[in-house]
Order: sequence, then C-alpha cells, then structure tokens
Amino acid sequence: METRELTCVVCPAGCKITVTLNDGKVTDVTGQTCPRGKTYAVSEVTHPVRTLTTTVLLEGAANGARTLPVKTNRPLSKGLLFAAMEELTGYTVTAPVAVGDVLVKDFMEPGVDLVACKTVK
Amino acid sequence: MIYDVLIIGAGVTGVMTARYLSGKTCSVAVCEAGCDVAMGATRANSAIVHAGYDCKPGTLKARLNVRGNKLMKEIAKELGVHCRAAGSHVVGFGEEDAKTLKELYERGLANGVPDLRIIGQDELRAMEPNISAEASMSLWAPTAAITCPYGLTIAAAECAATNGVDFYLNFKVTDSSRAGDIYYISNGEQTIAARYVVNCAGVHSAEVAEILGEHDFPIRIQPRRGEYIVLDKTCGGMANATLFVVPSSKGKGILVSPTIDGNLLIGPNAYAIDDPDDTETTTPGLSEITEGALRLMPSVDIRNAITSFSGVRPTPNIYDFHIKNSEQLPGVVHAVGVESPGFASAPATAEYIAELLADAGLKFTDRDDFIPTRRKDGNPKLFREMTDEEKNEAIRNNPAYGKIICRCETVTEGDILDALDSPIPAVTLDMQKSRNRSGMGRCQGGFCSPRVAAIIAEHENYGLENVTKRGGGSWLVVPKNTAKGGDEA
Amino acid sequence: MHKKLIVIGGGPAGLAAAVSAVENGLSPEDICILERDSEPGGILNQCIHAGFGLHRFGEELTGPEYAGRYIEMAKAAGLNITVNAMVLSLTEDKKVTYVSPETGYVTCSADAVILAMGCRERTRGALNIPGSRPAGIFTAGTAQRYVNMEGYMPGKRVVILGSGDIGLIMARRMTLEGAKVLCVCELMPYSGGLARNIVQCLEDFDIPLYLSHTVTAIGGKDRVESVTVAQVDENRKPIPGTEVTYDCDTLLLSVGLIPENELTRGAGVPIDRMTNGAFVNQNRETETEGIYACGNVLHVHDLVDFVSEEAAIAGRAAAERILGKNAPAVHSVAVKTGFGVRYTVPERIDIPAEPTEEVRLFFRVTDIYKKVRLTVTDDRGNVLVKKTKSAVAPGEMESLSLSGDVLKALTDAKCEFITVALEVL
Repeated sequence: METRELTCVVCPAGCKITVTLNDGKVTDVTGQTCPRGKTYAVSEVTHPVRTLTTTVLLEGAANGARTLPVKTNRPLSKGLLFAAMEELTGYTVTAPVAVGDVLVKDFMEPGVDLVACKTVK
Repeated sequence: MIYDVLIIGAGVTGVMTARYLSGKTCSVAVCEAGCDVAMGATRANSAIVHAGYDCKPGTLKARLNVRGNKLMKEIAKELGVHCRAAGSHVVGFGEEDAKTLKELYERGLANGVPDLRIIGQDELRAMEPNISAEASMSLWAPTAAITCPYGLTIAAAECAATNGVDFYLNFKVTDSSRAGDIYYISNGEQTIAARYVVNCAGVHSAEVAEILGEHDFPIRIQPRRGEYIVLDKTCGGMANATLFVVPSSKGKGILVSPTIDGNLLIGPNAYAIDDPDDTETTTPGLSEITEGALRLMPSVDIRNAITSFSGVRPTPNIYDFHIKNSEQLPGVVHAVGVESPGFASAPATAEYIAELLADAGLKFTDRDDFIPTRRKDGNPKLFREMTDEEKNEAIRNNPAYGKIICRCETVTEGDILDALDSPIPAVTLDMQKSRNRSGMGRCQGGFCSPRVAAIIAEHENYGLENVTKRGGGSWLVVPKNTAKGGDEA
Repeated sequence: MHKKLIVIGGGPAGLAAAVSAVENGLSPEDICILERDSEPGGILNQCIHAGFGLHRFGEELTGPEYAGRYIEMAKAAGLNITVNAMVLSLTEDKKVTYVSPETGYVTCSADAVILAMGCRERTRGALNIPGSRPAGIFTAGTAQRYVNMEGYMPGKRVVILGSGDIGLIMARRMTLEGAKVLCVCELMPYSGGLARNIVQCLEDFDIPLYLSHTVTAIGGKDRVESVTVAQVDENRKPIPGTEVTYDCDTLLLSVGLIPENELTRGAGVPIDRMTNGAFVNQNRETETEGIYACGNVLHVHDLVDFVSEEAAIAGRAAAERILGKNAPAVHSVAVKTGFGVRYTVPERIDIPAEPTEEVRLFFRVTDIYKKVRLTVTDDRGNVLVKKTKSAVAPGEMESLSLSGDVLKALTDAKCEFITVALEVL
C-alpha cells in the first residue's frame, strides 16, 4: 500500500487529491471534486506524460531567425524529457519549414512525433 | 612611439585634460582601467555643474569650480551635449539654516559666483511649487547647471580621439619605470612610453602615485559611497532646479534634482567604504535617501523609481584638491583627491594641469587644425534629437535609422551602429547605454538588451557569448549546450 | 495620409481586433496594422510552451502556433501588416506618428485607433532590490528571448524571484536546457502563477518554491556570484536571521507585468490606476472617442484566449463606429469594485436603447479565498447576478455576465452604478 498526494491541474481549483496504490494498481482516489480530477490523478500516478516544447537550431531562414520552436505532437512519458533534450542537442532544421511539419517521426516513443510550431520561409 | 603626455585615468578630469592638450602641439595618450571612459566617480554622481559657492574662498577648488562652471557650458555647446543652467537652491528650514545660508552667500560672493541671491518663502514656492511647506528660504544660484556627466565626458573623449589622442581602455596600471626622461607605464602585458605623466586616477589616484614611485605620498583617499534613486520621467517636472539641503561635514546632503534627460534624481547619502570599486546599493541607504528627499519634497512618490545606483567619491585627507607637480618625480603631475566639485571644475582643471606641465618643461603651442567637435564632420545626432525632416533624411540615407531598437528611449539601429563606428567603439551594453540611452528607460533594457547585444555581435563578427555588460567577467549568455549548472559543474 | 482604422500592435490582440473589424464589414484596405517587431505575433513568438488556445480553438497550442493561426486569419481576411514600424506618438485627435525603415517617419490620421501594444515586465529598479549591479540579472521575459529566440543561455545556476507564470515557465525551460534552478521565491504568501505551472514547471523538477520570501542582496561585481534570500513577515519586510545565500550566476525576475501605456498617456486618454490601462466601456472604447484598447495594454491577462475575445469586441466596435452602425448609448452605468475585488474591465457600461447582447465583466480578486460567492449588485443593493466558486486567486481572472434584459432594467431604474464583489461563504 502506497499513497500519493497530487495537486490537480485540470482547473484553477487546484484540488489536493490523494491516490492510494496497491502493487502499482490504483485502489482509491479521494479529494477531487469532479470526475476529470480522478482521470488526471490516475494517469498521473500510473503513467505521467508531458508535452515537450523546446527549440532547435534553424538555418537558412529568410528573416535570419536562429531557432525554430518545436513540440511533441502527443505527450511523452515524463521520464523521457531529459533524454529527449539530449537527443536534440545540435539538431538543426533548414528552412523553409511549415507549422505542423513532422521533423522526427516516432521521436523517443512510437506514435509521438516531433513537429514544427512555426512556419519559416 | 613615445608620447609627450600620458594621462592615467579617463574620468572627466583626465578626459578634459586630454581634449585640452589635443588642441596643442603635443602627442597624448590616455590609459583607463575600465572598459570605457567615465567609469568611476564621473559615471555616478549628482550630474550637477555646481555654481561654486560652497568651497572655502582662496582654495584651488573654489577658483577651478567657478571658472569650470563657465567653461563647461561652452564645451558642452561645442560638443553638442545638453547642459542647462537650471539653477540650484540651497533650501533652508527655519532660523538655524538662515545663518548657514548667509555664510554660503558670503563665500559665493568671495569666490566670484555670479547672480547669487537669498530668496524668501513666497518666491521659493513660486519657483518650486512642490517644495515642502516647511522650507522657509533658499540660496538661489542661477548659474548651477544640469548635464549628463558621462555623456559629456564621452563626447570630450571622442573629440580628443578625433584630434589624435590614443585611448587605451581596459589598461590598469600595475607597473612604472623610468629610463632617462621617459616613463614606461605598464599593465603587466603592454607598456606605454611618455615623457610626462598626469595622474587623474580618481579613487585610485593615491595608489597610482605610489606605483609611479612616490615615497610617502602625503595624500590618502577615503572612498566614500553615495547612493541615488532615479524616478520615471513622469516625475521629472516635480523640481525645476536642483534642490539641496544645507550642507554638513559629510557633503552636500540629499538633493532632489531634475536630470537633463527629464527624470527626477534623488540622493546621495555618504558612507566611507573600504573597497573603492564597491558600487552596491543597500536597503537602509535607499530608505535614507527616500526620507531625505521627502523632507525637501513630500510629494515624491518612490513607487515611480526606475532604478538605483551608487557612485564612489575619492575623498582626500585634506580640504582642497591636490593638483601639483610631483616633488619627487620630474614630469609627473598629480590630480589627486578631486572629489566634488571635481566635475564642474574639470575644464578649468585641464587648463591648470597644462600650466603645470609647462612649468615642468613641456613645450607646446596652439594647433590651428583643432577640431572642437566629436567627429571630423561635427557632432553626430541621435535619432530622437533630430527634426522630422532630419529623421526622414537619415532613414533615406540609412534605413537602420528607421528601426527602433530601444522603445523606451527611441534608440534606432542607426544610433547603435554609429556608436560602434565612433572613435571609441561602443562594444559593450553599458557603453551603448551611456552613448544613446538604450536600455535606460522604464523597461531597463528588458526588451532591447538582447537586440543591442545581437547588433554588437554581428558588427564585431563574433558570437553573442562574447558580448559583455561592461567588459571583464560581465558576460551575458553562454552557448546553449555548455550551460550545465548541476553539481557536477 | 489617412486610414479608417489604425491598429497599434500586431500581436494576438492587434491581429484579433483587425480580423474582427473585417468580419464586421470594414474593408481590409482601410485598416493599417503597425507592428514594431520584424514579424507579427508579438510576445507569443517567444512563448514556445503549450497551454494556449484551449478556449479559443479547443486545443492546446504553443505560443507560435497560436500566433500563426491569427497571422493566417489576418492573411485570409486580406489584411496587410506593416512590420518594423514603431509608433512614436498618438494624439487625442487620432494622429499616429510612426517610423519604419521602409516608410520613414510618417504621420497618419485615422477615424478610429485600436491600442494593442501589450505590456512590459517590471524590473529590478521598480523593486529597489539593493546590491551591486553585475551582469546576470534578467527579467524572465528577457531570459526567454535569449533562450528561445537567440538560442543562448543567460546562465547556469539560477535563482528566480517572483512566481509569475513567465518565471515558472522559465524555471522549467532553463532546467530542460541543462541549467540548475536553485529556487523560486515569492514575496506573497501565495503564488501569482497558475496552479498547473507550479506543478508542471516546479514540482516536476523538484525546484523548491519559497512563499513569503524575497531577495535581500545580490553579490558579484562583473557577474552575479550570489543571491541572498530571506523570509518576510506579514508586512513583507525581511526577517533578520532567515537569510540563505545561494551561489549562482543568474537572477531572473518575474515580478509582474505593466501595460505599456506611454502612447495612451501621450494622447491624454485617462488611465485606471488599478489596471494601469485605459478606462473603457464594454466595447473597450476609452474615454477618448474613437480610441479603443484591448489585450495586455488594457489590463494584464493570464490567458491569451481572453485577449483574443476582448480584441474581437474592440475590433467590432471600431468597425461599427466607422461604418456608422453603432447604437448610441441612452444610459451609462459605472462598474465599481466591492469587497475582495481589485479591478474590473470594463469600468463603465454604455447601454443602448435596446440592449440585446450580454456584457461580460472581467475582474481580479484581491487575495486567495476558498468557497466564495461572486456577485454583481445594483446601486440599491439588489443582486443582479451571482455565482459560487470553490476557490479564487488573484492570478486567475474571473468573470460574470449581465444579460440584455438586466441592462435594460438598469436603464429603466436609472441605476448609477453596479458593484462587483466577493462574499466568503
């Protein structure tokens, strides 16, 4: 038996949620004031994920921009954030590029792509 | 090359001396420990060209102050630098102060300060509507002026450089030797040779005297720090003239003054410190000057503060300036202990130093090709100071003048590039700031400093990591993948 | 030169206002958008994190993506954006003087002007943090520019003062880029940032948040070498003996935003001391006829979605005024703040003869409260609208709406003012 205390981020109320786990399985969720809070809490203790947003180096931009904002199109396992940053060290994109362009398919995890967040000519 | 004269220290005294000598037939160099001219007391002070009533009659500083006040306004005009005779009041509160004001008035008369007057409460209030209701009278000195001390010094340095003076910045004097009648002044890496040496090293001038070889140099410098607060331009009109309280043994006290750029300046206090380069500001200090300012002007709202700073004055263990030929070192002139009114005095001090050099044997006559302006073709104008027609012409000639980089102070890319191309290239953020006020407005560089840094890096053809705030270790950024700050770093 | 509508600012507010003006009948050729940067999008271009657009587009976008949507919408509407154009002055009679490398120094008059200049960050000077003045003290937004736009790091070991959202976002950003963020300290007993940012930017990376703490000293001559942090008492004064000194090279300040209203003041437009923006009616028209304001220049928003919504109101109202389609007001009601409410936008409702649309009042509370009722009452104390909330915080904007029927009733009752207040249950 293990309990985890969380602050819910679904809405500004910021409910303090307590999740009880047994052998890695959620057995109880208390403290939330809505069903969305429960869903969040379960996901957060079993498989926490985060969308990674960062910048990569850019070459050839007409306006002289040096960086391109990028993101993962789906949330990435939270534990992979630093490895993902490491992976992108020195990674360079050449303009032109359009918002939504997939830069790296299956980046770090299957089904999670690295995409451009901006159109640069 | 062997220079006729090497000036140590590019504060206002050194720079004014360099400019004065650049109009004579002699070769001149200036070395400066900082990364720019005007880095010491000249940078951070009350920005006042004092009228000259508070020096004791008969002293050197009384004489130099009154003459310097007159010359400074002429030089400012030649260099295209704003200098306005806003005047000053020494504000009295009740009978006790009346006596002191009378004494100051008498001193002023003896020193030859023009147009001094003691005025009563009604006239004072008419001139300064925001003054405290407790203020009962003042000593009015209409010749006192406000200017930008470092702006004027930079302009004078550019003029000197235009006339052939060599500036060695980031040159901190560590060694000196003499062979024949030539001095070899070194910073440990580089050596400058000169026949005559002028020590204008401000707060470090006593140390420099010893490096030059003075034994038992009689003057000791006590660094004394004064803190200031700058208020937003919305407050600039609260005072029409500089407002002093009656002076005490510690200095001229806390003043409230409009600045030439339209802000309101309050300060300074005065505290002896050990480290002459320590320009910290302190919580009690800032409270102290706020209280002092409120005494003169209760409606000052400190929430309009945009920045605070402090300056260190070179207070000597004697009353007067020590500006003399060395008794031990032939060809050396010391200008030591030049604290307030050292700025106002500087143009007159320069003339006096030239006389002392002549006494020591330096021969010179007037040059007939002296250029009194900052550049060969006159004084450059900042975009914000141009007329509408001039603005359009400047943009047509160079589109960089149409690109505003600093929003708060309306500084264009053209202004920044001009400072980079000037006789003393402005390659740090602070150098830029002191030439065109970029980063000096309400947002304090929040918006423009990355952009100014990028323009410098591009102009100098190096990476952003090489741009500094003010030279030395004042780096701004590091390349991304080197920024490991964890415990392993 | 003359334009029917000049929009000052090509960020999220300016773009949304211009798009809305076109949607409401104004021809795009009659509109001039002046953007001071080299590209439109405003500060969103450097806000590369996600969290924008949930209300407006129903999906979570990054700043550049959100800006990109509006840039595309502006393009589709046929709007032309003048970039690198900095407005230097605005007059009461709507003359705009601006400068750009392409156009030179130009004065242009307009039938209507929409102010959308955004805001700036509070600086160290405004806080009077004592200490020396080394390099390495940045506002969070300046640091964000260096990291996200220039591709450089402003430091390696970082202390952050202020728990505003940009500070929290930068704590995460710099940590991901390899810097060590030692702590975030906040003067107030609560954070000014959104709860999700506290969790995802600090807790995720074990960055401590010290509430009721401030910076009391900064060490270092050339570059920051240390920052001393102390706990503060209930009067926000440092408590002696609680100081802790961190070895670090960087201090980031995230201590609030100030609407950038220098042009507004220059035009003599009256400013609300509480919002630091112009006084406006529900159409976001200032007290100077034909000058509108929206977005962060009017009041600092926490969500860009609300900026777009507000800008659309201003754009529509400006278009209707220019086209002569605006319904004249028959009655005005002042909006006052009651207990627990710091400010409201709008500050005034100008009610037409036949009010059909609801008016949404935006406001911020003064403190953190649990279990409250938010109310709007008329000048006789009658409750016009209310809602209960389990928690409110100054960092999160609240709103209440008044229907057309309620507005009509206010006119009929000759109501002078209404009051927005909070009641702790």
